[in-house]
Amino acid sequence: MDADDFEQIRKAVRQLVREEVIPREEEIDLDDRIPEELRGAIADMGLFGYALPEEYGGLGVNMKEDVELAFEFGYTTPAFRSLFGTNNGIAGQVIAKFGSEEQKQRYLPRLAAGELIGSFALTEAEAGSDPAGLRTTARRDGDGWVISGSKRYITNAPLADLFVVFARSDPEERGGRGISSFVVDAKAPGVSLGAKDKKMGQSGAWTSEVFFDEVRVPADALVGEEGRGYSKALTVLSRGRLHIAAMCVGMAQRVLDESVAYAATAKQGGAPIGRFQLVQALIADMHTELVAGRALVRDVAARYDSGEDTSVGPSAAKLFCSEMVGRATDRAVQVHGGLGYLRTTPVERFYRDARLYRLYEGTSEVQRVIIGGGLLRAAGMPRS
Amino acid sequence: MNIVVLVKQVPDSGTQRSLDPSDNTVARAGADNVVNEIDEYAIEEALTVKEAQGGEVTVLTVGPASATDAIRKALSMGADKAVHVVDDAIHGSCAIQTSAILAAALQQMEYDLVLTGATSTDGQVAVMPALLAERLGIPQVSGAQKLTVEGSTVKVNRQTDGGYWALEAPLPAIVSTWDTINEPRYPSFKGIMAAKKKPVETKSLADLGIDPSTVGLASATSSVLDFAGRPPKGEGVKVNDEGDGAQKFVEYLASQKIV
Ligand SMILES: Cc1cc2nc3c(=O)[nH]c(=O)nc-3n(C[C@H](O)[C@H](O)[C@H](O)COP(=O)(O)OP(=O)(O)OC[C@H]3O[C@@H](n4cnc5c(N)ncnc54)[C@H](O)[C@@H]3O)c2cc1C
Repeated sequence: MDADDFEQIRKAVRQLVREEVIPREEEIDLDDRIPEELRGAIADMGLFGYALPEEYGGLGVNMKEDVELAFEFGYTTPAFRSLFGTNNGIAGQVIAKFGSEEQKQRYLPRLAAGELIGSFALTEAEAGSDPAGLRTTARRDGDGWVISGSKRYITNAPLADLFVVFARSDPEERGGRGISSFVVDAKAPGVSLGAKDKKMGQSGAWTSEVFFDEVRVPADALVGEEGRGYSKALTVLSRGRLHIAAMCVGMAQRVLDESVAYAATAKQGGAPIGRFQLVQALIADMHTELVAGRALVRDVAARYDSGEDTSVGPSAAKLFCSEMVGRATDRAVQVHGGLGYLRTTPVERFYRDARLYRLYEGTSEVQRVIIGGGLLRAAGMPRS
Repeated sequence: MNIVVLVKQVPDSGTQRSLDPSDNTVARAGADNVVNEIDEYAIEEALTVKEAQGGEVTVLTVGPASATDAIRKALSMGADKAVHVVDDAIHGSCAIQTSAILAAALQQMEYDLVLTGATSTDGQVAVMPALLAERLGIPQVSGAQKLTVEGSTVKVNRQTDGGYWALEAPLPAIVSTWDTINEPRYPSFKGIMAAKKKPVETKSLADLGIDPSTVGLASATSSVLDFAGRPPKGEGVKVNDEGDGAQKFVEYLASQKIV
């Protein structure tokens, strides 16, 4: 996309976030839902398909553009991005990258328009950090398949029209081999949901368990090659990691802005608290780590687009930025004093929201394993 | 149905704005220039009428080369094409001169309905619809809070302090809108990508048959002699509550004519 077009798009997103979402953050948090008219505005703008291919009704951003948009999305409640995050993220990307032409035609334009919501169902009770241990099965049955098992913490499951489900299609294989991915209609007989999860933060973004009880799906529900689902999931996850890193940068910018504004005006002893150098230090540390994170994300995005590094870089960015925003939100609460502990103060909400970033799309420990393992293997250390 | 929307680029009214001390005209260089906020409502209304009735929406703007950004915004919201009158001689024109330029441009276009915002946030003279109506010899309805087109008639609820007047005028007509009339759409990604391919016609004063010496700062009918910034906010008044705090508070509000 040419730079001028992209700048207009970034501006439009910024305007929507600042004018329509930020004023409703508290309402979204309290009601635990994105208002219907906001969902309409999100769909009208085209956000449900910003990362889906242009030929199927999306905008087709590359990662350099994706992270710039995520800086904007990150500036408000994460529930905003979560609503359209799964369509553009793992669920949509699996179909876009590995689906047949027929599957792309069937799903992508409607996902991009926000008419359908897709969820990505990989995680299970004993298969989170190590999804290769998943136990959901897909058994051949005549022409089609029968899927059985359960998934948990699935973002947008209560809203989903379709699930991109990962299941073991070859019981003889262990680990990553023998896992396939399927598009499953949320209304298919045998699909049911658990209650909405009660979470620490990110109110307004919903997750739940999803159960597949002998769910019969046709042959064309299989996405891509049989038994190759897991390696697919991995390639899509690294894109998501870089995106999350950029979300963290956006949130860090927001809590910094909140903190600077507060420190400049709130008074103790007749003078703004910003006059205290220890308060300045909190702000300086937030700023310094924020600009480091932003530069890291931009650099990794450029290398991702060029194909130079699609694995270690995204993990390094996600590790640094998710930990960085944890420190930033903590310092932001500190700058606000007692007010920072009250439910009505934005930084209190961001403090809780930020915690998820170190957990999902790979915990910080998992990112370290990817980075360390990747570097050592590149140096010739054999795989265990 | 040919709808023309007049769009002006202005410095963002939400930011610190100033005049250029060298000639006392609006300082545009260095300002965050945007579509005049109320014009977005006029654009939205034009698009709504077009969606209901069919037709074409053309944006007309008089402004410096950088005003293409404002045009682009209107096109990305969904307008079909644009006419941009740009000429160095226009700099510093007063409202009367600008109306001559706009009227000349409109006379070269086809229009059934001309829509404008009720005022611009930089000049704030709010006379353009009236000046154009006079020059073009068409009816003017100002301050619309509701607009419908029925056949060759435009029906408007004109906003007043206490309610509204229901007015109608035969087309062609010029109608100015308030920010109560609708909720302007955000440009969509598709609209933004399409905007670049939409035709924008650039016209000079010569193209409009206007003598450059009749417009611009030197021959303007009004000019700014002097200006000053708003005085900084005072320290405020502190009321010590000795049981009569509410009383003193109300007295203060009354003294400021707030209640
Ligand atoms: C709000 C939310 C939304 C989510 N959305 C989705 C979704 O849409 N789709 C989906 O499929 N999943 C989703 N997840 C799941 C998420 O990706 C997992 O929770 C995450 O990967 C961690 O897995 P786990 O919860 O099983 O924790 P575990 O893997 O059990 O981790 C527990 C602890 O052990 C550590 N650990 C585990 N393995 C290793 C190792 N090899 N080396 C070192 N330490 C290790 C972890 O770092 C962690 O500290 C979501 C989760 C949440 C909370």
